[in-house]
Amino acid sequence: MAAEREPPPLGDGKPTDFEDLEDGEDLFTSTVSTLESSPSSPEPASLPAEDISANSNGPKPTEVVLDDDREDLFAATEEVSLDSPEREPILSSEPSPAVTPVTPTTLIAPRIESKSMSAPVIFDRSREEIEEEANGDIFDIEIGVSDPEKVGDGMNAYMAYRVTTKTSLSMFSKSEFSVKRRFSDFLGLHSKLASKYLHVGYIVPPAPEKSIVGMTKVKVGKEDSSSTEFVEKRRAALERYLQRTVKHPTLLQDPDLRQFLESSELPRAVNTQALSGAGILRMVNKAADAVNKMTIKMNESDAWFEEKQQQFENLDQQLRKLHVSVEALVCHRKELSANTAAFAKSAAMLGNSEDHTALSRALSQLAEVEEKIDQLHQEQAFADFYMFSELLSDYIRLIAAVKGVFDHRMKCWQKWEDAQITLLKKREAEAKMMVANKPDKIQQAKNEIREEIEEWEAKVQQGERDFEQISKTIRKEVGRFEKERVKDFKTVIIKYLESLVQTQQQLIKYWEAFLPEAKAIA
Amino acid sequence: MMEGLDDGPDFLSEEDRGLKAINVDLQSDAALQVDISDALSERDKVKFTVHTKSSLPNFKQNEFSVVRQHEEFIWLHDSFVENEDYAGYIIPPAPPRPDFDASREKLQKLGEGEGSMTKEEFTKMKQELEAEYLAIFKKTVAMHEVFLCRVAAHPILRRDLNFHVFLEYNQDLSVRGKNKKEKLEDFFKNMVKSADGVIVSGVKDVDDFFEHERTFLLEYHNRVKDASAKSDRMTRSHKSAADDYNRIGSSLYALGTQDSTDICKFFLKVSELFDKTRKIEARVSADEDLKLSDLLKYYLRESQAAKDLLYRRSRSLVDYENANKALDKARAKNKDVLQAETSQQLCCQKFEKISESAKQELIDFKTRRVAAFRKNLVELAELELKHAKRGWAQWLMPLIPALEVRSSRPQANMGNLQLLQNCLAVLNGDT
Repeated sequence: MAAEREPPPLGDGKPTDFEDLEDGEDLFTSTVSTLESSPSSPEPASLPAEDISANSNGPKPTEVVLDDDREDLFAATEEVSLDSPEREPILSSEPSPAVTPVTPTTLIAPRIESKSMSAPVIFDRSREEIEEEANGDIFDIEIGVSDPEKVGDGMNAYMAYRVTTKTSLSMFSKSEFSVKRRFSDFLGLHSKLASKYLHVGYIVPPAPEKSIVGMTKVKVGKEDSSSTEFVEKRRAALERYLQRTVKHPTLLQDPDLRQFLESSELPRAVNTQALSGAGILRMVNKAADAVNKMTIKMNESDAWFEEKQQQFENLDQQLRKLHVSVEALVCHRKELSANTAAFAKSAAMLGNSEDHTALSRALSQLAEVEEKIDQLHQEQAFADFYMFSELLSDYIRLIAAVKGVFDHRMKCWQKWEDAQITLLKKREAEAKMMVANKPDKIQQAKNEIREEIEEWEAKVQQGERDFEQISKTIRKEVGRFEKERVKDFKTVIIKYLESLVQTQQQLIKYWEAFLPEAKAIA
Repeated sequence: MMEGLDDGPDFLSEEDRGLKAINVDLQSDAALQVDISDALSERDKVKFTVHTKSSLPNFKQNEFSVVRQHEEFIWLHDSFVENEDYAGYIIPPAPPRPDFDASREKLQKLGEGEGSMTKEEFTKMKQELEAEYLAIFKKTVAMHEVFLCRVAAHPILRRDLNFHVFLEYNQDLSVRGKNKKEKLEDFFKNMVKSADGVIVSGVKDVDDFFEHERTFLLEYHNRVKDASAKSDRMTRSHKSAADDYNRIGSSLYALGTQDSTDICKFFLKVSELFDKTRKIEARVSADEDLKLSDLLKYYLRESQAAKDLLYRRSRSLVDYENANKALDKARAKNKDVLQAETSQQLCCQKFEKISESAKQELIDFKTRRVAAFRKNLVELAELELKHAKRGWAQWLMPLIPALEVRSSRPQANMGNLQLLQNCLAVLNGDT
């Protein structure tokens, strides 16, 4: 859905004025080209203080779009009908772009995690209000994935999940709605978002992984516990995926996402199939990327990036290790549960054969207690898994996405470098030509060279801008990611500890019930 | 009762002597008191110091000690078994061989893998394994001791000469372990015995008591065997889960020390939590092992000994009946009648003697069993409760100040999960 566009004619020299800027902002949400109505896209360089995140719907990072800090503008544009992804003329319906949201400097306070778009807002809201809203975690959209149903039969069967959205954000037409989606739809959404945002430095949450074995079992219709577990695992993963995606303020604005959540029919994302043409292309690209990564030697001028990359490497390793341990715990707890159940049965038998009545009764009670404890263990194992282990694997994949973003930055730098080199070559060629002092018929060639040089100069500037842009974006994204990470981990771990507490409480109850029985053995 | 959750090994402090408690009737009797005061573990042997206090005239002194090894215990046991006079008694089951192989292997592997883990991990694992080793050691000491105590408490067996020699003779008894030939002989003997047992058990017993006991014991023995095995498996998985907590704690610790954000403090605290949890869980599994698994294992052996008694009785019954038949035949043929008569009388006497003592023994067995189960089950429940309640609170106490409790609600009865909940509240607010 990326709207392809010509790069704005750079160097137009039109000074950036706020009006245009605002127009650009307006366009942001309707994924419309800035260029249609404004002749120039404000250059980021001229708004030095501004934290502009390039959030384009296409591979053109020059789209100057204000980031989420300028909520009031967004609010204004929320009313745009988003169903038409085509370009739309500027929302001139908006009240005067005299929504000069103050001067850029005041707006800069990077509200990286502002996610509140709670109400259709009036423009002249005071700065404080906006800040407050952004500050509090009023994140007014809730997504649930539920009711997995098997649709169809045989190898063409698939599981359909109900995606329910509850929101008071005005960008959606209703406040509560649900649609049916299948797994490949989720993958399709992810690939669309990734193609739009990854290369400009946004950390797009990765979608859950495919599993051929699991799905086949489900398709074949095996109604055993492992396939129900598989479906449940997948459902939970999809829910977490969507929740993460909508938490991202930029991605939330994306029309693809909205279409995914809202529209009842979605074109089948065939490209996500592993064996499709697109799939193979993806694999080839991945391989090429890996090779490139090894060959690109980047001059890292910014220590921050190096530091962060190192950090993420370490974090990745640690998380993997932790993940392994937690998986072992899950496994052992399941084992414990099974063994406890076996013991319970055995104790019951023993109780039966014991001829001393009180002891026999006590043993049977013991058997019952152990059976209940076995249930407890099972539940605890589920908790272990769904809370802890899945969190870790999610983050391991997220970190892979983060690393990918860093790689994109490298590629961007590479492009810039290449442009610079080419420009140099062209300049040299021109210089040579000048010196040669040939007759006029070469004039054309000279003109050509001149043009090429201009072109490459522009490309160099573009490259530089892109690079700076992506660097800025990454910084912000990483900051946001870290905050999210901290919150996520804290929440989940606390929830997990609570589950441990509950287990202990139950244990206490059971043993307290058993104790008098044991004491009653005469 | 139990000390605070210090590092592991002490968890067998009081409860370990509890194996003695499995046989509740072992009241210390001034006439003869036996215990194992010390034990030394050498390369592949364990040397027990058997300490005796006695007022019996048979002994030269009133108090003395000797050093014994496992084989000597076995020798003593076998001498009881082979003694015809004791056929009517339940011979206390022999203690199992001390088995440190698994533990030693693990320690070895740990030593080899030292390079691949961090120092903290290594020390932790080493502590863990050492605690395990110590636990096994204590257990084997306890089991040998129980054997001796049972013999000492038995009115007849305690007078056995071999037993006195065992207790007093401070030279090496020169009891070598059975060599291959003897082991093979034993094997065959056992096979014959079990075949015989099958034959003999086919004979219906006149006496209801014994008939009932026989069926009961058979079934009981099998079920105890099953329960014992399953209980073992259960405690083992419990222990592996506890070990996992250990590793998780280490990883969290590593995460905490390496992380740059303010979540690192959080991680460190949670890692502490996992460490403490592991200690609790390890203790729980150790207690379960002790109270449940060991109990079942012991009664497995005892029920086998009881079965053996019944077998011997049935054997003598069969002999008696055969002697009767032989006597009848002899009388019919009028040949060797005297011989047949004497042998018949002997068999009769033997049978009756055995029957009489066997009855008492079996009744005692039941009493002992019920009492032991009661004691252990009660203790098991109490320990589980203690761990779930106070154990959690004990490590929570030092943790809470570290978490800077904001809402200091004075709680009277802090020995509860309330504390853990407080902790969670603090963790929650600690953003």
